[in-house]
Amino acid sequence: MRKIENVICPVCGSLCDDITVYVEDNRVVEVENTCAVGRAKFLNYGLHRKPKPLIRKNGELKEASIEEAVRRSAEILTESKYPILYGWSSTSCEAIRVGLELAEEVGGIIDNTSTVCHGPSILSIQDVGIPSCTLGQLRHRADLVIYWGSDPYSAHPRHIERYTVFSEGRFQKSGWRSFIRRLSGKLVKKRLSRVAELILRRKLTFPEEKYALPPYFISEEERKLVVVDVRKTRTAEVADYFLQVKPNTDYEVLQALRMLVNDQDLEVDEVAGIPVRTLEDLADLMISCDFGILFFGVGLTMSKGKLRNVDAALSLVRDLNKRTKFLIMPMRGHYNVTGANVVFTWQTGYPYAVDFSLGYPRYNPGETSVVDILRRGECDAGLVVASDPVSNFPASAAKTLVDNPLIVIDPDVTPTSMMADVVFPSAYIGIEAEGTAYRMDHVPLRLKKVVEPPPNCLPDQEILARILREVRRIRRG
Amino acid sequence: MALLIRNGYVYDPMNGIDGEKMDILVEGGKIVDKLKSAEYEVIDASGMIVMPGGVDIHSHIAGSEVNAGRLLRPEDHAKDVELKTEITRSGVGYSVPSTFTTGYRYAKMGYTTVMNPSMPPLEAKHTHEELCDTPIIDKATYPLLGDWWFVLEYLRDGKIEECALHVAWMLYATKGYAIKLVNPGGLEAWGFGRNVRDIDDPVPYFNVTPREIIRGLCKVNKLLHLPHTIHVHTNNLGKPGNYETTLQTMKCVEDLSSGDKPCIHITHCQFSAFKGVDWREFYSGAEDIAKYVNFHKHVTIDMGQVIFTDTTTMTADGPFQYILHELTGNKWVNHDVETETSSGIVPFRYRRRSYVHSIQWCIGLELALLIRDPWRIFLTTDHPNAGPFTSYPQVIGWLISRKAREETLSKLNKRARETALLPSIDREYSLYEVAIATRAGQARALGLKDKGHLGVGGDADIAIYDVDPRKIDPSTQYDEYVKAFSKAAYTIKEGEIVVRNGEVVKVLDGKTYWVKVSSNSEYEVSEDMKRRFTEYWTVQFDNYPVSEAYLKRSKPVQVESEV
Repeated sequence: MRKIENVICPVCGSLCDDITVYVEDNRVVEVENTCAVGRAKFLNYGLHRKPKPLIRKNGELKEASIEEAVRRSAEILTESKYPILYGWSSTSCEAIRVGLELAEEVGGIIDNTSTVCHGPSILSIQDVGIPSCTLGQLRHRADLVIYWGSDPYSAHPRHIERYTVFSEGRFQKSGWRSFIRRLSGKLVKKRLSRVAELILRRKLTFPEEKYALPPYFISEEERKLVVVDVRKTRTAEVADYFLQVKPNTDYEVLQALRMLVNDQDLEVDEVAGIPVRTLEDLADLMISCDFGILFFGVGLTMSKGKLRNVDAALSLVRDLNKRTKFLIMPMRGHYNVTGANVVFTWQTGYPYAVDFSLGYPRYNPGETSVVDILRRGECDAGLVVASDPVSNFPASAAKTLVDNPLIVIDPDVTPTSMMADVVFPSAYIGIEAEGTAYRMDHVPLRLKKVVEPPPNCLPDQEILARILREVRRIRRG
Repeated sequence: MALLIRNGYVYDPMNGIDGEKMDILVEGGKIVDKLKSAEYEVIDASGMIVMPGGVDIHSHIAGSEVNAGRLLRPEDHAKDVELKTEITRSGVGYSVPSTFTTGYRYAKMGYTTVMNPSMPPLEAKHTHEELCDTPIIDKATYPLLGDWWFVLEYLRDGKIEECALHVAWMLYATKGYAIKLVNPGGLEAWGFGRNVRDIDDPVPYFNVTPREIIRGLCKVNKLLHLPHTIHVHTNNLGKPGNYETTLQTMKCVEDLSSGDKPCIHITHCQFSAFKGVDWREFYSGAEDIAKYVNFHKHVTIDMGQVIFTDTTTMTADGPFQYILHELTGNKWVNHDVETETSSGIVPFRYRRRSYVHSIQWCIGLELALLIRDPWRIFLTTDHPNAGPFTSYPQVIGWLISRKAREETLSKLNKRARETALLPSIDREYSLYEVAIATRAGQARALGLKDKGHLGVGGDADIAIYDVDPRKIDPSTQYDEYVKAFSKAAYTIKEGEIVVRNGEVVKVLDGKTYWVKVSSNSEYEVSEDMKRRFTEYWTVQFDNYPVSEAYLKRSKPVQVESEV
């Protein structure tokens, strides 16, 4: 059994890099330090993978050699006038670099999955800017952590423990103690009321104060965790304070907070159902912290208002910097979605939705973003890398995608790959192939190869490079 | 392919050649005195200027902050695009061009070596990935070490040798070339939204002053025998009255220089040469700085010349960028990097009508013209902070011609015109001096032995400009020179013609230089060190270093250290 330390987990944007992997007979048999999601990927990857590339012949996907599949893909792309190249968030930066070259060569549209997740955040950043940092800065300094519209406990399970409230930093200690103290306080309260109920022989009910800041807020030394969400998530359960907003009212709440932070008075009793008193307390908390951080997730970017919500959040944090140090960071989902934005930007100047049809990069989300192009039915072929748009896109967009010739490069069998014309089962980046990925805070890490891929499963980068060579051969004779 | 460059007017200051008509022979990527092969291409350079390829000591072309600048400014790109051709990739400009465009545009101006001056060590892989995608030019990058916790702690405890070993490891781990200090101490303070006031204001929680950091790292630099000096962006940059801080910074390492060898480089000095108390009472401090530099051999500086245009400012100086954001109200990006540094980005437009901007424009040129020794003042615009690098030819025009300066001066803010010293300066750079300020001097300051000259054995990086110095007078017909310097007739990189008539004709990959320090005592990473590493960073020790696989063409520079 081989033990490999400090492996990087290729699942979410947290990119935990302290994983220990045990390998036996070219198979991962045990992992340490991962969360449940990471563990599931390391132990169960590739269970349903096809052994060889597939090409659709007479309506059915048939096994083919890599060469045949490359040739067919190159034909599809060269015959197409306006192909889309989509995905890129779960593959390596090296593959993305080749992908961009391919998109430029065939004069197509290239877009990554941020188009359906943090695309609006990027549009707002381009309007307002973003005061941000790397995650370690929070570990050492943050004494107020706010998760807004994101549930790291479920989606980025080790985020709180590694980077924020429960991590131990130079200037800030871990918030474990207060959490445990609170937990035992709750237990004591429960026991006492049970005893009281037994004595009084009736059920006791306590009026629940939904929006009052709890008393332990007074303790100033420890980090505080605030969660704002539409439902009580698992993260909210460990939070010092949970603010429940009505769906689609984030914008109002953020703007109200902005007014309070800027010392303007709110002449109403409540905003979006939340008492102004509560918002005032939260605003005071934000101003009085030494170093605050606001994480926002898809709850903000994909609910009503979209980029306006993010605009309000960014502006709030920017305003707070007049009073204290406050930063903000989007919670990126896929392990290399940040990398996709980064590579797109350095090669083309734009982070997503890049159109090469005029021979130079052009960017106008809404016009050059993949979902809109598909819904207008403008493209005539598609290449999807490490993504599953058929499951996630609006039905009308997915329909155009599968009606046109479609190439899929993905290690997994997905609804998209089942409806494709050419399918390349590829190697899993970070398990079967090396590559660079960017953490959600733009820290690049080198993903490791811990096992050998099956013989016909090449890394995405290699497959794309072969397609590019073939395209050039066809075009230039 | 061997080359014979015939009959050009050669400017090669390192070998004392000042516009002599002579032939240059190139073979195997080097300059030679005799061609071995019988087959060679002849370039007729008669009536043209032949210079070594341009060297840029300070230009933000790659890395996380540059890329954040690109992301922030789609409006900047849309107005300036590059089409894909058979050999070149497409891209965008203007102030923060995409990587390919950066490489091509430098080559088109006859530049072949560019230094990327600020790299957060934690994000070094990013910088190197971008440098790999920057074609043609040779490059290197400086890690930011002035606010690194290990450095602060070692210098607080007075452990210079341990600090030196650490810095050596860091240069190896990040594949860096020189020690970069940005607002030493101030960036650590910015972690909690604060700054340091001057070079004797202690860094919060660390009990070490910027003076100790600058002196400490200067000593480290000497112990390690690094090819370049420490590269300093001063404290209080961009604040009226900061010329005093700059003078103090230069003075504080005065005793550490040996002989005539420089031991400190003050970068984009224009931003550090402000006199006055606020933006209204704002004057040029260039004269005081120039006076000091003229009498002290231990300093080299670069200009950071302001260009009147819309640009994007980006530095690792987080607190300064925040002030700039407050001042302009423009969009603002901040990116703090754990235990190491910070950075900020704000779009900015320099206007002729603004008094302050006009004075800033004067300061850069005053520095260049008042400092007598051209070997110690270099032409930069701190790309893209004071203007994009594509404006270098314009700056050359201002340097070689008083008429050019007067032309611009006449359009400046009236009050600035009346108070500035610049209109009274007569000096005009000769082409020989231009060659020093744009290549030879920079190569010497960087310790790049094969660059910046056309002597036998040097790298065959050559720029040929189609302008005849015997017929066209630089001081009156400066626009001919501006035109010629913007579009090189030929750029030769490692003996290959890469640019012809201002168009890229061949694309090749440049080398990445980095310093490999060999020390007497083998630097061992102790367990305690690794433990501290895990505490300080959120990345494991093993995953931190940049492997050589990230460098397309790795070019380590070996140095023997004293420790």
